[in-house]
Amino acid sequence: MKAKVYVTIKENVLDPQGNAVQGALHTLGFGEVSKVRIGKFMEIELEAADRAQAEERLRSMCEKLLANTVVEDYRFELEVS
Amino acid sequence: MTRMKFAVLVFPGSNCDLDMFHAVQDTVGEQVDYVWHTADDLSAYDAILVPGGFSYGDYLRCGSIARFAPVMAEVHRAAEAGKFVLGVCNGFQILTEAGLLPGALIRNNSLKFRCHPVDLIVENARTAFTNAYAQGETIRVPIAHGEGNYYVDDETLSRLKKNNQIVFRYAGDNPNGSVDNIAGVCSERGNVVGMMPHPERAVSELLGSKDGARMFTSVLNAWRERHGAAIGG
Repeated sequence: MKAKVYVTIKENVLDPQGNAVQGALHTLGFGEVSKVRIGKFMEIELEAADRAQAEERLRSMCEKLLANTVVEDYRFELEVS
Repeated sequence: MTRMKFAVLVFPGSNCDLDMFHAVQDTVGEQVDYVWHTADDLSAYDAILVPGGFSYGDYLRCGSIARFAPVMAEVHRAAEAGKFVLGVCNGFQILTEAGLLPGALIRNNSLKFRCHPVDLIVENARTAFTNAYAQGETIRVPIAHGEGNYYVDDETLSRLKKNNQIVFRYAGDNPNGSVDNIAGVCSERGNVVGMMPHPERAVSELLGSKDGARMFTSVLNAWRERHGAAIGG
């Protein structure tokens, strides 16, 4: 199975990188940009008996390592081939 | 007389371990060992020092991989046993990732790596690592980090204030955007302290300041007090 994991900075946490990129976009003439938030995208290939098991394992991976839930949120999509 | 024993942890990518080691030797002169990240027994040590650097290349997040190093189970055990644990810079990041200290360190709001001396206010002079300072004293210690922007949510911040867990604040300019100008915090019991500034780089006038030296004499005081009490009892 393949999973796409998205880790994003929580809404109430400042994202200095996002702000800098927003500023750069404005400088380049993209004045319509009102917000940029930068996160992480991970592709994970894993073995699992079924979707439910894969989801449970992925949740555990996110909680333990892939995201720091003090400052980040996570979500994932699972492709069962 | 029994001597105090310090462990300086070394992860792949630690780079302030030598400074930390020599700071212990130069300030208190007690026994100090380098302890590799694969060690599985820290029972011989009274204080565990987690130095700065870029453990595991800061991959994923600063400290996120180091927190799973074999030695970290022993650091948890030492913290629970009330032993003295200090994390500086990357060491602070590791201790927050490990859940031994509250909060998280994110990218400096300036996006710049800031490397210069700062003035700190000692907000809690009752921890094991700050008892040789005066409450409210201003000390000069260098910072060197790109991700030292301390974040906690409002609820945790009020808990930190209530429990007196804010150990250091930046005086004057906030170099990284930290919530409430926080530069260092401690655990509820006060035996685990984490800070972004580097006291081990401020142990001699030759280095520009020796204000950091008293962190080491503090923990020796704390250990002697505990040790003396144990003998007396």
